[in-house]
Amino acid sequence: MDDMYRDYILDHYKNPRNSGALPGATNSYHDTNPLCGDEITMSLLIDDDVVKDVRFQGKGCAISQASASILTEEIKGKTLAEVRAIDRQHILENLGIPISPARIKCALLGLKTLKGAAWGLSEWPGDDRAASPARANGSE
Amino acid sequence: MAVTIRPATSTLDVAAIRKDFPILSQKVHGDKVVAYLDNAATSQKPRQVIDAMSEVFESYNANIHRGVYEFSEKTTAAFEGARDKTARLINADAREIIFVRNATEGVNLVAYTWGRANIKAGDRIISTVLEHHSNFVPWQQLAKDVGAEIVMIDVDDEGRLRRDQFTAALAKGRVKLVAITSTSNGLGTVTPAKELTAEAKAAGATVLIDAAQAVPHSKVDVKDMGCDFLVFSGHKMLAPPGSGAVWAHTALLERMRPFLFGGDMIAKVTVAETTWNDLPWKFEAGTSSYVDAIGLGAAIDYLEGVGLDKIHEHELFLTGYLLPRLSEIPGVTVYGPKTLDDRVGVVSFNIEGVHPHDVATIFDSEGVCIRAGHHCNQLLMAKLNVAATNRASFYLYNTTDECDRLVAAVNKAKKVFGV
Repeated sequence: MDDMYRDYILDHYKNPRNSGALPGATNSYHDTNPLCGDEITMSLLIDDDVVKDVRFQGKGCAISQASASILTEEIKGKTLAEVRAIDRQHILENLGIPISPARIKCALLGLKTLKGAAWGLSEWPGDDRAASPARANGSE
Repeated sequence: MAVTIRPATSTLDVAAIRKDFPILSQKVHGDKVVAYLDNAATSQKPRQVIDAMSEVFESYNANIHRGVYEFSEKTTAAFEGARDKTARLINADAREIIFVRNATEGVNLVAYTWGRANIKAGDRIISTVLEHHSNFVPWQQLAKDVGAEIVMIDVDDEGRLRRDQFTAALAKGRVKLVAITSTSNGLGTVTPAKELTAEAKAAGATVLIDAAQAVPHSKVDVKDMGCDFLVFSGHKMLAPPGSGAVWAHTALLERMRPFLFGGDMIAKVTVAETTWNDLPWKFEAGTSSYVDAIGLGAAIDYLEGVGLDKIHEHELFLTGYLLPRLSEIPGVTVYGPKTLDDRVGVVSFNIEGVHPHDVATIFDSEGVCIRAGHHCNQLLMAKLNVAATNRASFYLYNTTDECDRLVAAVNKAKKVFGV
Protein backbone atom coordinates (compact mmCIF):
# COMPACT_ATOMS: atom_id res chain seq x y z
CA MET A 1 0.00 0.00 0.00
CA ASP A 2 2.96 2.28 0.66
CA ASP A 3 3.79 1.61 -2.98
CA MET A 4 0.95 3.89 -4.01
CA TYR A 5 2.80 7.02 -3.01
CA ARG A 6 5.95 6.77 -5.09
CA ASP A 7 8.00 9.87 -5.73
CA TYR A 8 6.73 10.48 -9.28
CA ILE A 9 3.09 10.24 -8.09
CA LEU A 10 3.75 12.79 -5.36
CA ASP A 11 5.70 14.93 -7.82
CA HIS A 12 2.78 15.05 -10.27
CA TYR A 13 0.42 15.78 -7.35
CA LYS A 14 2.46 18.68 -6.06
CA ASN A 15 3.62 19.98 -9.44
CA PRO A 16 0.85 19.09 -11.85
CA ARG A 17 1.83 19.34 -15.53
CA ASN A 18 -0.40 21.23 -17.96
CA SER A 19 -2.31 22.72 -15.10
CA GLY A 20 -4.64 25.70 -15.38
CA ALA A 21 -7.15 27.21 -17.78
CA LEU A 22 -6.68 26.78 -21.51
CA PRO A 23 -7.45 30.00 -23.43
CA GLY A 24 -9.17 29.22 -26.72
CA ALA A 25 -10.12 25.68 -25.69
CA THR A 26 -12.49 24.05 -28.18
CA ASN A 27 -13.59 21.22 -25.92
CA SER A 28 -13.97 21.08 -22.17
CA TYR A 29 -15.44 18.57 -19.76
CA HIS A 30 -15.90 18.75 -15.99
CA ASP A 31 -16.65 15.89 -13.66
CA THR A 32 -16.47 15.03 -9.99
CA ASN A 33 -16.12 11.98 -7.87
CA PRO A 34 -18.97 12.85 -5.50
CA LEU A 35 -17.96 10.18 -3.04
CA CYS A 36 -14.75 11.91 -2.07
CA GLY A 37 -14.92 15.32 -3.69
CA ASP A 38 -12.29 14.94 -6.44
CA GLU A 39 -12.89 17.40 -9.28
CA ILE A 40 -11.30 17.73 -12.69
CA THR A 41 -11.97 19.95 -15.67
CA MET A 42 -10.14 18.78 -18.81
CA SER A 43 -9.79 21.29 -21.63
CA LEU A 44 -8.57 20.55 -25.16
CA LEU A 45 -7.63 22.73 -28.10
CA ILE A 46 -8.48 20.61 -31.11
CA ASP A 47 -7.58 21.61 -34.61
CA ASP A 48 -8.14 19.39 -37.64
CA ASP A 49 -8.91 16.41 -35.36
CA VAL A 50 -5.57 16.77 -33.58
CA VAL A 51 -5.05 17.76 -29.93
CA LYS A 52 -2.91 20.90 -30.21
CA ASP A 53 -2.98 21.69 -26.50
CA VAL A 54 -4.36 20.38 -23.23
CA ARG A 55 -4.78 21.75 -19.71
CA PHE A 56 -6.57 20.51 -16.64
CA GLN A 57 -7.83 22.12 -13.47
CA GLY A 58 -8.67 20.06 -10.45
CA LYS A 59 -8.57 19.37 -6.79
CA GLY A 60 -8.67 16.19 -4.83
CA CYS A 61 -6.52 13.29 -3.76
CA ALA A 62 -3.00 12.57 -4.97
CA ILE A 63 -4.12 9.63 -7.09
CA SER A 64 -6.77 11.55 -9.05
CA GLN A 65 -4.59 14.60 -9.66
CA ALA A 66 -1.41 12.70 -10.50
CA SER A 67 -3.31 10.41 -12.85
CA ALA A 68 -4.75 13.39 -14.74
CA SER A 69 -1.37 15.14 -14.84
CA ILE A 70 0.40 12.09 -16.24
CA LEU A 71 -2.35 11.68 -18.83
CA THR A 72 -2.02 15.24 -20.15
CA GLU A 73 1.69 14.71 -20.82
CA GLU A 74 1.10 12.15 -23.52
CA ILE A 75 -1.87 13.38 -25.51
CA LYS A 76 -0.55 16.57 -27.09
CA GLY A 77 -0.24 15.92 -30.83
CA LYS A 78 -2.41 12.83 -30.75
CA THR A 79 -5.41 12.54 -33.05
CA LEU A 80 -8.92 12.52 -31.62
CA ALA A 81 -9.24 8.87 -32.62
CA GLU A 82 -6.11 8.00 -30.65
CA VAL A 83 -7.29 9.90 -27.59
CA ARG A 84 -10.70 8.29 -27.73
CA ALA A 85 -9.07 4.86 -27.82
CA ILE A 86 -7.15 5.25 -24.54
CA ASP A 87 -8.50 2.69 -22.10
CA ARG A 88 -8.41 2.21 -18.35
CA GLN A 89 -5.74 -0.45 -18.58
CA HIS A 90 -3.45 2.11 -20.18
CA ILE A 91 -4.08 4.53 -17.30
CA LEU A 92 -3.37 1.91 -14.66
CA GLU A 93 -0.15 0.91 -16.43
CA ASN A 94 0.84 4.57 -16.69
CA LEU A 95 0.35 5.02 -12.96
CA GLY A 96 2.44 1.92 -12.35
CA ILE A 97 1.21 1.45 -8.79
CA PRO A 98 -1.24 -0.97 -7.23
CA ILE A 99 -4.66 0.70 -7.12
CA SER A 100 -7.08 -0.76 -4.60
CA PRO A 101 -10.74 -1.16 -5.65
CA ALA A 102 -11.70 1.74 -3.38
CA ARG A 103 -9.39 4.08 -5.29
CA ILE A 104 -10.15 3.10 -8.91
CA LYS A 105 -12.56 5.99 -9.34
CA CYS A 106 -9.87 8.41 -8.25
CA ALA A 107 -7.40 6.93 -10.73
CA LEU A 108 -9.84 7.08 -13.66
CA LEU A 109 -11.42 10.51 -13.20
CA GLY A 110 -8.82 12.16 -15.46
CA LEU A 111 -9.52 9.65 -18.23
CA LYS A 112 -13.25 10.14 -17.86
CA THR A 113 -12.98 13.91 -18.26
CA LEU A 114 -10.60 13.48 -21.20
CA LYS A 115 -13.09 11.18 -22.92
CA GLY A 116 -15.89 13.62 -22.22
CA ALA A 117 -13.87 16.42 -23.82
CA ALA A 118 -12.67 14.31 -26.75
CA TRP A 119 -16.21 13.25 -27.60
CA GLY A 120 -17.48 16.80 -27.12
CA LEU A 121 -19.96 15.77 -24.43
CA SER A 122 -21.83 18.11 -22.16
CA GLU A 123 -22.89 15.34 -19.82
CA TRP A 124 -21.99 11.68 -19.49
CA PRO A 125 -24.44 9.55 -21.46
CA GLY A 126 -26.38 7.00 -19.43
CA ASP A 127 -24.83 4.72 -16.91
CA ASP A 128 -21.22 5.66 -16.22
CA ARG A 129 -20.27 2.47 -14.44
CA ALA A 130 -18.43 1.31 -17.53
CA ALA A 131 -16.03 4.21 -17.02
CA SER A 132 -15.91 4.09 -13.25
CA PRO A 133 -16.68 0.63 -11.98
CA ALA A 134 -15.82 0.89 -8.31
CA ARG A 135 -18.26 2.14 -5.72
CA ALA A 136 -16.49 2.94 -2.52
CA ASN A 137 -16.57 5.20 0.49
CA GLY A 138 -20.21 5.92 -0.04
CA SER A 139 -22.15 5.88 3.15
CA GLU A 140 -22.42 4.62 6.60
CA MET B 1 -4.38 25.08 19.09
CA ALA B 2 -5.03 24.93 22.79
CA VAL B 3 -7.35 22.20 23.88
CA THR B 4 -8.84 22.16 27.33
CA ILE B 5 -10.02 18.79 28.49
CA ARG B 6 -11.95 18.03 31.62
CA PRO B 7 -10.76 14.84 33.23
CA ALA B 8 -12.43 11.64 32.16
CA THR B 9 -11.56 8.18 33.35
CA SER B 10 -12.36 4.71 32.13
CA THR B 11 -13.51 1.91 34.39
CA LEU B 12 -13.95 -0.62 31.60
CA ASP B 13 -11.96 -3.84 31.50
CA VAL B 14 -11.15 -3.34 27.84
CA ALA B 15 -8.82 -6.35 27.65
CA ALA B 16 -11.68 -8.63 28.71
CA ILE B 17 -14.13 -6.90 26.37
CA ARG B 18 -11.77 -7.30 23.40
CA LYS B 19 -11.69 -11.06 23.95
CA ASP B 20 -15.40 -11.10 23.10
CA PHE B 21 -14.75 -9.63 19.64
CA PRO B 22 -13.02 -12.19 17.42
CA ILE B 23 -12.45 -9.67 14.62
CA LEU B 24 -10.30 -7.39 16.78
CA SER B 25 -7.43 -9.87 16.73
CA GLN B 26 -7.44 -10.11 12.93
CA LYS B 27 -4.32 -8.95 11.14
CA VAL B 28 -4.17 -6.90 7.93
CA HIS B 29 -1.34 -6.18 5.49
CA GLY B 30 0.61 -9.08 6.89
CA ASP B 31 1.33 -8.59 10.53
CA LYS B 32 -0.65 -5.57 11.69
CA VAL B 33 -3.43 -6.16 14.20
CA VAL B 34 -6.38 -4.12 13.04
CA ALA B 35 -7.08 -0.87 14.92
CA TYR B 36 -10.76 -0.37 14.20
CA LEU B 37 -11.64 3.31 14.63
CA ASP B 38 -14.63 3.59 12.31
CA ASN B 39 -17.42 2.88 14.77
CA ALA B 40 -19.61 5.77 13.69
CA ALA B 41 -19.91 3.92 10.38
CA THR B 42 -20.59 0.52 11.91
CA SER B 43 -19.56 -1.43 14.98
CA GLN B 44 -17.97 -4.85 15.35
CA LYS B 45 -19.95 -7.74 16.83
CA PRO B 46 -19.20 -9.69 20.01
CA ARG B 47 -19.21 -13.48 20.15
CA GLN B 48 -22.46 -13.30 22.15
CA VAL B 49 -24.31 -11.67 19.24
CA ILE B 50 -22.78 -13.96 16.63
CA ASP B 51 -23.70 -17.00 18.74
CA ALA B 52 -27.26 -15.85 19.37
CA MET B 53 -27.81 -15.54 15.64
CA SER B 54 -26.09 -18.83 14.81
CA GLU B 55 -28.21 -20.53 17.42
CA VAL B 56 -31.39 -19.49 15.63
CA PHE B 57 -30.21 -21.02 12.36
CA GLU B 58 -28.76 -24.12 13.99
CA SER B 59 -31.43 -24.88 16.58
CA TYR B 60 -34.88 -23.43 16.06
CA ASN B 61 -35.30 -21.30 12.93
CA ALA B 62 -38.86 -20.94 11.60
CA ASN B 63 -40.97 -18.05 10.39
CA ILE B 64 -42.43 -15.84 13.09
CA HIS B 65 -46.08 -15.24 13.94
CA ARG B 66 -47.21 -18.11 11.72
CA GLY B 67 -46.37 -21.66 12.69
CA VAL B 68 -48.12 -23.52 15.49
CA TYR B 69 -45.13 -25.77 16.06
CA GLU B 70 -42.35 -25.47 18.60
CA PHE B 71 -39.69 -23.93 16.35
CA SER B 72 -41.96 -21.13 15.18
CA GLU B 73 -43.13 -20.44 18.70
CA LYS B 74 -39.54 -20.30 19.91
CA THR B 75 -38.42 -17.99 17.10
CA THR B 76 -41.43 -15.75 17.70
CA ALA B 77 -40.66 -15.60 21.41
CA ALA B 78 -37.03 -14.69 20.74
CA PHE B 79 -38.06 -12.03 18.20
CA GLU B 80 -40.65 -10.46 20.49
CA GLY B 81 -38.22 -10.83 23.38
CA ALA B 82 -35.79 -8.67 21.41
CA ARG B 83 -38.56 -6.10 21.02
CA ASP B 84 -39.12 -6.11 24.78
CA LYS B 85 -35.38 -5.54 25.35
CA THR B 86 -35.32 -2.72 22.80
CA ALA B 87 -38.32 -1.10 24.47
CA ARG B 88 -36.76 -1.35 27.92
CA LEU B 89 -33.48 0.08 26.64
CA ILE B 90 -35.13 3.38 25.68
CA ASN B 91 -37.88 3.28 28.35
CA ALA B 92 -40.73 2.62 25.92
CA ASP B 93 -43.67 0.25 25.56
CA ALA B 94 -43.01 -2.79 23.32
CA ARG B 95 -46.05 -1.91 21.17
CA GLU B 96 -44.28 1.32 20.27
CA ILE B 97 -41.17 -0.36 18.86
CA ILE B 98 -41.31 -0.92 15.10
CA PHE B 99 -38.44 -2.97 13.78
CA VAL B 100 -36.89 -1.59 10.59
CA ARG B 101 -33.69 -2.31 8.69
CA ASN B 102 -31.92 0.83 9.89
CA ALA B 103 -32.46 4.44 10.96
CA THR B 104 -32.77 5.51 7.33
CA GLU B 105 -35.74 3.21 6.81
CA GLY B 106 -37.16 4.52 10.07
CA VAL B 107 -37.05 8.14 8.90
CA ASN B 108 -38.60 7.16 5.59
CA LEU B 109 -41.36 5.28 7.38
CA VAL B 110 -42.26 8.44 9.28
CA ALA B 111 -41.90 10.66 6.19
CA TYR B 112 -44.11 8.47 4.01
CA THR B 113 -46.83 7.90 6.60
CA TRP B 114 -47.08 10.69 9.18
CA GLY B 115 -45.26 13.19 6.95
CA ARG B 116 -47.45 12.83 3.88
CA ALA B 117 -50.62 12.94 5.96
CA ASN B 118 -49.68 15.97 8.02
CA ILE B 119 -47.28 18.26 6.18
CA LYS B 120 -49.03 20.54 3.70
CA ALA B 121 -48.13 23.33 1.30
CA GLY B 122 -46.75 26.31 3.17
CA ASP B 123 -45.80 24.32 6.27
CA ARG B 124 -42.25 24.42 7.60
CA ILE B 125 -39.81 21.67 8.56
CA ILE B 126 -36.79 22.52 10.70
CA SER B 127 -33.58 20.67 9.85
CA THR B 128 -29.92 21.31 10.70
CA VAL B 129 -26.56 21.20 8.92
CA LEU B 130 -25.55 18.44 11.35
CA GLU B 131 -28.04 15.99 9.87
CA HIS B 132 -26.90 12.79 8.25
CA HIS B 133 -28.39 12.62 4.74
CA SER B 134 -30.82 10.02 6.09
CA ASN B 135 -32.55 12.66 8.22
CA PHE B 136 -32.45 15.39 5.59
CA VAL B 137 -33.11 14.01 2.11
CA PRO B 138 -36.47 12.33 3.03
CA TRP B 139 -37.72 15.69 4.36
CA GLN B 140 -36.28 17.69 1.49
CA GLN B 141 -38.09 15.43 -0.98
CA LEU B 142 -41.33 15.54 1.00
CA ALA B 143 -41.11 19.34 1.10
CA LYS B 144 -40.66 19.45 -2.68
CA ASP B 145 -43.60 17.11 -3.23
CA VAL B 146 -46.10 18.98 -1.05
CA GLY B 147 -44.77 22.53 -1.32
CA ALA B 148 -43.45 22.80 2.23
CA GLU B 149 -40.37 24.78 3.25
CA ILE B 150 -37.18 23.46 4.88
CA VAL B 151 -35.64 25.86 7.40
CA MET B 152 -31.98 25.06 8.11
CA ILE B 153 -30.24 25.63 11.44
CA ASP B 154 -26.53 26.36 11.28
CA VAL B 155 -23.70 25.56 13.69
CA ASP B 156 -21.14 27.83 15.35
CA ASP B 157 -17.37 27.55 14.84
CA GLU B 158 -17.11 24.55 17.16
CA GLY B 159 -19.98 22.72 15.50
CA ARG B 160 -22.62 23.47 18.14
CA LEU B 161 -26.16 24.21 16.97
CA ARG B 162 -27.21 27.86 16.80
CA ARG B 163 -29.95 28.05 19.41
CA ASP B 164 -30.81 31.61 18.36
CA GLN B 165 -31.53 30.42 14.82
CA PHE B 166 -33.66 27.57 16.15
CA THR B 167 -35.79 29.90 18.23
CA ALA B 168 -36.12 32.31 15.32
CA ALA B 169 -37.15 29.47 12.99
CA LEU B 170 -39.91 28.36 15.36
CA ALA B 171 -41.10 31.96 15.66
CA LYS B 172 -41.73 32.03 11.90
CA GLY B 173 -44.77 29.86 12.58
CA ARG B 174 -46.29 26.89 10.72
CA VAL B 175 -43.46 24.59 11.84
CA LYS B 176 -45.02 21.13 11.57
CA LEU B 177 -41.89 19.10 12.13
CA VAL B 178 -38.52 19.43 13.79
CA ALA B 179 -36.24 16.61 12.57
CA ILE B 180 -32.89 16.79 14.34
CA THR B 181 -30.05 14.55 15.37
CA SER B 182 -29.12 14.18 19.01
CA THR B 183 -25.49 13.48 18.08
CA SER B 184 -23.59 14.57 14.97
CA ASN B 185 -21.95 11.68 13.13
CA GLY B 186 -19.57 14.11 11.43
CA LEU B 187 -18.28 16.12 14.40
CA GLY B 188 -19.39 14.26 17.51
CA THR B 189 -21.40 17.25 18.72
CA VAL B 190 -24.20 16.38 21.13
CA THR B 191 -27.15 18.65 20.47
CA PRO B 192 -29.43 19.85 23.30
CA ALA B 193 -32.13 17.57 21.89
CA LYS B 194 -34.24 17.51 25.03
CA GLU B 195 -34.35 21.32 25.33
CA LEU B 196 -34.94 21.76 21.60
CA THR B 197 -37.76 19.21 21.79
CA ALA B 198 -39.45 21.07 24.64
CA GLU B 199 -39.15 24.35 22.75
CA ALA B 200 -40.51 22.80 19.55
CA LYS B 201 -43.39 21.06 21.33
CA ALA B 202 -44.35 24.33 23.01
CA ALA B 203 -44.57 25.85 19.54
CA GLY B 204 -46.88 23.05 18.42
CA ALA B 205 -44.37 21.12 16.26
CA THR B 206 -43.92 17.36 16.09
CA VAL B 207 -40.36 16.24 16.85
CA LEU B 208 -38.30 13.41 15.36
CA ILE B 209 -34.94 12.62 16.93
CA ASP B 210 -32.26 10.78 14.95
CA ALA B 211 -30.55 8.83 17.74
CA ALA B 212 -28.41 6.58 15.53
CA GLN B 213 -25.21 7.92 17.13
CA ALA B 214 -26.69 8.24 20.62
CA VAL B 215 -28.41 4.96 21.52
CA PRO B 216 -25.22 2.86 21.00
CA HIS B 217 -23.14 5.06 23.31
CA SER B 218 -25.28 6.38 26.13
CA LYS B 219 -28.55 5.98 27.97
CA VAL B 220 -31.45 7.35 25.90
CA ASP B 221 -34.89 7.67 27.49
CA VAL B 222 -37.73 8.60 25.13
CA LYS B 223 -40.00 9.71 27.97
CA ASP B 224 -37.32 12.01 29.32
CA MET B 225 -36.54 13.28 25.80
CA GLY B 226 -40.19 14.13 25.23
CA CYS B 227 -40.01 13.68 21.46
CA ASP B 228 -42.67 12.13 19.18
CA PHE B 229 -40.47 9.91 17.02
CA LEU B 230 -37.02 8.45 17.64
CA VAL B 231 -35.03 6.27 15.23
CA PHE B 232 -31.81 4.28 15.49
CA SER B 233 -29.86 1.49 13.78
CA GLY B 234 -28.74 -1.79 15.29
CA HIS B 235 -25.51 -2.16 13.34
CA LYS B 236 -23.87 0.76 15.12
CA MET B 237 -24.55 -0.87 18.51
CA LEU B 238 -22.94 -4.32 18.17
CA ALA B 239 -25.98 -5.77 16.37
CA PRO B 240 -26.10 -6.94 12.76
CA PRO B 241 -26.98 -4.71 9.81
CA GLY B 242 -30.67 -5.13 9.02
CA SER B 243 -31.77 -4.33 12.56
CA GLY B 244 -33.05 -1.03 13.85
CA ALA B 245 -36.13 0.60 15.27
CA VAL B 246 -38.58 3.45 15.09
CA TRP B 247 -40.19 4.52 18.32
CA ALA B 248 -43.34 6.64 18.51
CA HIS B 249 -46.19 7.13 20.97
CA THR B 250 -48.97 4.55 20.70
CA ALA B 251 -51.57 7.25 20.05
CA LEU B 252 -49.51 8.62 17.16
CA LEU B 253 -48.86 5.18 15.66
CA GLU B 254 -52.53 4.25 15.85
CA ARG B 255 -53.50 7.29 13.79
CA MET B 256 -50.85 6.60 11.14
CA ARG B 257 -51.48 4.66 7.96
CA PRO B 258 -49.18 1.66 7.42
CA PHE B 259 -45.99 2.22 5.42
CA LEU B 260 -45.58 -1.08 3.56
CA PHE B 261 -48.49 -3.36 2.76
CA GLY B 262 -48.52 -7.15 2.60
CA GLY B 263 -48.37 -10.18 4.82
CA ASP B 264 -48.27 -10.11 8.61
CA MET B 265 -49.40 -6.49 8.83
CA ILE B 266 -53.09 -7.26 8.16
CA ALA B 267 -56.01 -8.31 10.34
CA LYS B 268 -58.56 -9.25 7.66
CA VAL B 269 -58.36 -9.13 3.88
CA THR B 270 -61.32 -9.19 1.49
CA VAL B 271 -61.50 -8.15 -2.15
CA ALA B 272 -63.10 -4.88 -1.13
CA GLU B 273 -61.21 -3.96 2.02
CA THR B 274 -58.30 -4.74 4.35
CA THR B 275 -57.98 -4.00 8.03
CA TRP B 276 -54.66 -3.66 9.83
CA ASN B 277 -52.95 -5.77 12.45
CA ASP B 278 -52.38 -4.37 15.94
CA LEU B 279 -49.32 -2.32 16.87
CA PRO B 280 -46.50 -2.71 16.19
CA TRP B 281 -47.07 -5.38 13.51
CA LYS B 282 -49.22 -3.00 11.47
CA PHE B 283 -45.91 -1.46 10.39
CA GLU B 284 -43.99 -4.70 9.78
CA ALA B 285 -45.06 -6.09 6.41
CA GLY B 286 -43.62 -9.36 5.16
CA THR B 287 -41.21 -11.61 6.99
CA SER B 288 -39.15 -9.38 9.27
CA SER B 289 -35.37 -9.65 9.57
CA TYR B 290 -36.11 -11.57 12.73
CA VAL B 291 -32.65 -13.10 13.15
CA ASP B 292 -31.14 -9.61 12.95
CA ALA B 293 -33.65 -8.43 15.56
CA ILE B 294 -32.69 -11.35 17.80
CA GLY B 295 -29.07 -10.28 17.31
CA LEU B 296 -30.08 -6.77 18.40
CA GLY B 297 -31.59 -8.24 21.55
CA ALA B 298 -28.31 -10.01 22.30
CA ALA B 299 -26.38 -6.80 21.63
CA ILE B 300 -28.58 -4.90 24.09
CA ASP B 301 -27.93 -7.59 26.71
CA TYR B 302 -24.21 -7.17 26.11
CA LEU B 303 -24.25 -3.35 26.25
CA GLU B 304 -26.35 -3.33 29.42
CA GLY B 305 -24.07 -5.96 30.95
CA VAL B 306 -21.08 -3.67 30.41
CA GLY B 307 -23.07 -0.53 31.28
CA LEU B 308 -23.86 2.30 28.88
CA ASP B 309 -22.72 4.94 31.38
CA LYS B 310 -19.32 3.27 31.61
CA ILE B 311 -19.12 2.98 27.82
CA HIS B 312 -19.89 6.68 27.45
CA GLU B 313 -17.17 7.59 30.00
CA HIS B 314 -14.66 5.30 28.29
CA GLU B 315 -15.24 6.96 24.93
CA LEU B 316 -14.86 10.42 26.49
CA PHE B 317 -11.66 9.23 28.12
CA LEU B 318 -10.27 8.17 24.73
CA THR B 319 -11.43 11.42 23.13
CA GLY B 320 -9.71 13.38 25.91
CA TYR B 321 -6.58 11.33 25.23
CA LEU B 322 -6.60 11.79 21.45
CA LEU B 323 -7.75 15.41 21.02
CA PRO B 324 -4.68 17.19 22.48
CA ARG B 325 -2.23 14.73 20.90
CA LEU B 326 -3.80 15.26 17.50
CA SER B 327 -4.26 19.01 17.84
CA GLU B 328 -0.62 19.65 18.72
CA ILE B 329 0.64 18.16 15.44
CA PRO B 330 1.54 21.02 13.08
CA GLY B 331 -0.76 21.15 10.07
CA VAL B 332 -3.58 19.17 11.70
CA THR B 333 -6.98 20.82 11.99
CA VAL B 334 -9.50 19.20 14.33
CA TYR B 335 -13.17 20.04 13.69
CA GLY B 336 -15.97 20.13 16.20
CA PRO B 337 -16.06 20.88 19.92
CA LYS B 338 -12.60 21.46 21.40
CA THR B 339 -13.66 20.28 24.85
CA LEU B 340 -15.39 17.16 26.11
CA ASP B 341 -18.58 19.04 26.92
CA ASP B 342 -21.48 18.12 24.66
CA ARG B 343 -19.50 15.77 22.49
CA VAL B 344 -18.94 12.05 22.00
CA GLY B 345 -16.07 9.93 20.76
CA VAL B 346 -16.01 11.15 17.17
CA VAL B 347 -12.90 13.07 16.08
CA SER B 348 -12.93 14.70 12.64
CA PHE B 349 -9.70 16.19 11.32
CA ASN B 350 -7.66 17.12 8.28
CA ILE B 351 -3.95 17.20 7.55
CA GLU B 352 -2.92 20.22 5.52
CA GLY B 353 -1.66 19.17 2.11
CA VAL B 354 -2.89 15.58 2.29
CA HIS B 355 -6.33 14.68 0.93
CA PRO B 356 -8.40 12.52 3.32
CA HIS B 357 -8.47 9.62 0.88
CA ASP B 358 -4.70 9.59 0.78
CA VAL B 359 -4.64 9.83 4.58
CA ALA B 360 -6.99 6.85 4.93
CA THR B 361 -4.94 4.81 2.46
CA ILE B 362 -1.74 5.46 4.41
CA PHE B 363 -3.55 4.70 7.68
CA ASP B 364 -4.76 1.46 6.15
CA SER B 365 -1.17 0.48 5.43
CA GLU B 366 -0.63 0.71 9.22
CA GLY B 367 -3.77 -1.30 9.98
CA VAL B 368 -5.63 1.78 11.25
CA CYS B 369 -9.23 1.90 9.97
CA ILE B 370 -10.80 5.36 9.82
CA ARG B 371 -13.39 6.96 7.61
CA ALA B 372 -12.40 9.48 4.96
CA GLY B 373 -15.10 11.30 3.06
CA HIS B 374 -18.13 13.45 3.65
CA HIS B 375 -19.73 11.06 6.17
CA CYS B 376 -23.15 11.44 4.47
CA ASN B 377 -22.88 15.01 5.74
CA GLN B 378 -22.42 17.17 2.65
CA LEU B 379 -24.30 20.09 4.22
CA LEU B 380 -21.85 20.08 7.12
CA MET B 381 -18.81 19.72 4.82
CA ALA B 382 -20.03 22.79 2.91
CA LYS B 383 -20.34 24.69 6.20
CA LEU B 384 -16.78 23.66 7.17
CA ASN B 385 -15.69 24.59 3.65
CA VAL B 386 -14.01 21.24 3.06
CA ALA B 387 -14.74 18.44 0.57
CA ALA B 388 -14.04 15.75 3.11
CA THR B 389 -12.49 15.01 6.48
CA ASN B 390 -10.81 12.11 8.23
CA ARG B 391 -12.85 10.74 11.09
CA ALA B 392 -11.87 8.45 13.94
CA SER B 393 -14.74 7.18 16.09
CA PHE B 394 -14.55 5.12 19.26
CA TYR B 395 -16.45 2.32 20.92
CA LEU B 396 -16.13 0.31 24.09
CA TYR B 397 -13.30 -1.90 22.79
CA ASN B 398 -10.92 0.88 21.69
CA THR B 399 -7.68 1.66 23.53
CA THR B 400 -5.17 4.46 24.07
CA ASP B 401 -2.69 2.24 22.21
CA GLU B 402 -4.91 2.53 19.13
CA CYS B 403 -4.95 6.32 19.58
CA ASP B 404 -1.14 6.26 19.64
CA ARG B 405 -1.12 4.23 16.42
CA LEU B 406 -3.41 6.81 14.83
CA VAL B 407 -1.10 9.65 15.86
CA ALA B 408 1.89 7.74 14.46
CA ALA B 409 -0.02 7.21 11.21
CA VAL B 410 -0.69 10.97 10.97
CA ASN B 411 3.04 11.57 11.24
CA LYS B 412 3.68 8.92 8.60
CA ALA B 413 1.20 10.57 6.21
CA LYS B 414 2.93 13.90 6.73
CA LYS B 415 6.32 12.31 6.07
CA VAL B 416 5.16 10.54 2.87
CA PHE B 417 3.72 13.79 1.51
CA GLY B 418 6.58 15.92 2.81
CA VAL B 419 4.31 18.30 4.69
